[in-house]
Amino acid sequence: MKPKLAIWKFSSCDGCQLGLLDLEEELLQLAERVEIARFVEASRRVLPGPYDLSLVEGAVSAPEEVEQLRRIRERSRVLVAIGACATAGGIQGLRNFLDFDPVKVQVYPRPEIVRSLATATPVSEHVTVDFELHGCPVEKGQLLELVSALLAGRRPEIPAYSQCQECKAAGTPCIMVSRGEPCLGPVTRAGCGNRCPSVGRGCYGCFGPSEDANPAALGGRLAELRLEEATIRRWFRLFTAWAGPFREESLRHE
Amino acid sequence: MEQLVIDVEGLQQLLDRLVQQVYEVIGPRVRHGVVTLAPLRSVSELPAGLVEVQAPGSYRLEPMETREGVRPLFVHRVGPESWRHFLHPPAELLWCAERKDGHLRIHPRAAEAPRRAFLGVRACDLAAIAIQDRVLAGGAHADAGYLARRNRLFIVAVNCTSAADTCFCHSMGCGPEVKEGFDLLLTELTGGGEHRFLVEAGSDAGANLLRMLPSRLPERGELEERRRRLRQTAEGMKRSLPPGAASVLARNLEHPRWQALGERCLACGNCTSVCPTCFCSRMAEKTGLDGTRAEHWRYQDSCFNAAHSYIHGGVLRHERGSRYRQWLTHKLLHWQAQFGTPGCTGCGRCIAWCPVGIDLTEEVRMLGEVAA
Repeated sequence: MKPKLAIWKFSSCDGCQLGLLDLEEELLQLAERVEIARFVEASRRVLPGPYDLSLVEGAVSAPEEVEQLRRIRERSRVLVAIGACATAGGIQGLRNFLDFDPVKVQVYPRPEIVRSLATATPVSEHVTVDFELHGCPVEKGQLLELVSALLAGRRPEIPAYSQCQECKAAGTPCIMVSRGEPCLGPVTRAGCGNRCPSVGRGCYGCFGPSEDANPAALGGRLAELRLEEATIRRWFRLFTAWAGPFREESLRHE
Repeated sequence: MEQLVIDVEGLQQLLDRLVQQVYEVIGPRVRHGVVTLAPLRSVSELPAGLVEVQAPGSYRLEPMETREGVRPLFVHRVGPESWRHFLHPPAELLWCAERKDGHLRIHPRAAEAPRRAFLGVRACDLAAIAIQDRVLAGGAHADAGYLARRNRLFIVAVNCTSAADTCFCHSMGCGPEVKEGFDLLLTELTGGGEHRFLVEAGSDAGANLLRMLPSRLPERGELEERRRRLRQTAEGMKRSLPPGAASVLARNLEHPRWQALGERCLACGNCTSVCPTCFCSRMAEKTGLDGTRAEHWRYQDSCFNAAHSYIHGGVLRHERGSRYRQWLTHKLLHWQAQFGTPGCTGCGRCIAWCPVGIDLTEEVRMLGEVAA
């Protein structure tokens, strides 16, 4: 019997699961190797659990999501959080730094009907997560690698080291050293294929903090490059603002 | 050794001859304001009149004043990439396996190595290639891919006629003068406002090629300019590795400076990525969805990555400071015992390309001066 794959969505833009559809030819191969049991963005057909692999997109930001996530965990042999929302709270995690009630009033015409938690938090804050795929959105190559590795019973080849190593391997010139412009590459996880630096833009850290990242040292360097406190804070408060090391560093520049 | 003089047209003919002999010529070219190493065919693609202003954590490529009315082609020194990028590339397929009709077949890597000519190899980088030769091609277990690429290599070296602020090859005994390990050696001359190159052959292949170029014998003043420029380059080097660095490190393995370094270090691995002698690798398998094919790849690794010190049960070096110590003590202390020389040639890349500007020469000095 083929392993059963389920895709779940919480508070998110759907961009990560769109990466699965974006696999195109490989999606057909994938459908041969696994039973796509639940993928409502692609098909109305939903098969009952338990599932061998659940890919969970999105942050937990509403009360009912907490309970739903627990039920998914119970019915999943392997649970993988995918994307910046599921791994770090995503862009909506920015509200975690604010008092939520006044924000609600500003955004919604009838805030009283909004049933929302005060925070948007990563999946791992609520259930045990077996693996995380980072990025905003996740890279389709990494999605494929994850599923291929799980099918072959090997460790997924997903880097946890810094973006800089990916830049250097590709021969992408360092923006920070050669132009003095800010870049989160030294503290950000590799895996995107150095999309931003390769077109001459600093890394925005959408893959979240690399293993053993040292944002305090980078924050210090950004100050030496004459960035103002508020600007440094904003650099660390982007797509993965609520990820521990970035959160701490942005709070240091409050 | 015989020395001859060629002009800029002669240099272009040298490139043409190399291309005719089916070499892919790799040399310094500007990309996004940085000197990188890339294929080239024309002298006009070289970074004429551009000089690198380098400092800890900083690199700027700037136009220089002309030298005696001439825009020199090799007045830059070293950019972030080293020749290691081509000789020991960051990713290499070693072998693959295929499952077909119930059988497993193993295919070794394609043995073909590109025939390459490196143009503009500096003394520090020639020393680095010699170090990687010992590490990767020496002993009973030579790296077959490295060896194949190395054996097909033609090296056109260049003597440095100026030093960057991050250079310290002189104190490592690796430069600035190129002494060995080249096929041809160029020294760029501008005396009297005439742009030309003093050329020396270091191998039969080099001598054969040199004979095909229009050249003349050097005048005494030209030999004098070569000596003078090299002397000025050596004397102009502001940075140096303190003498006895290895024993300073050996005596200070528990120095509080390591912890302070751990607070500054980003553990980003830029130093190991730009170092021309770093060789650490990790192996990984690639398999497709259908499970019929597996590839075994070698990837560049860094001792600043947690997985690098992962052995059964866990990671050995948890702290950034201990990873920096591992890097520096391997380069300057343990490398000596392992391979007979230090693993540093004084190219200064790790100083310039460290985003927070950690300077190993300064760290060794501090470890030596401050009592533990």
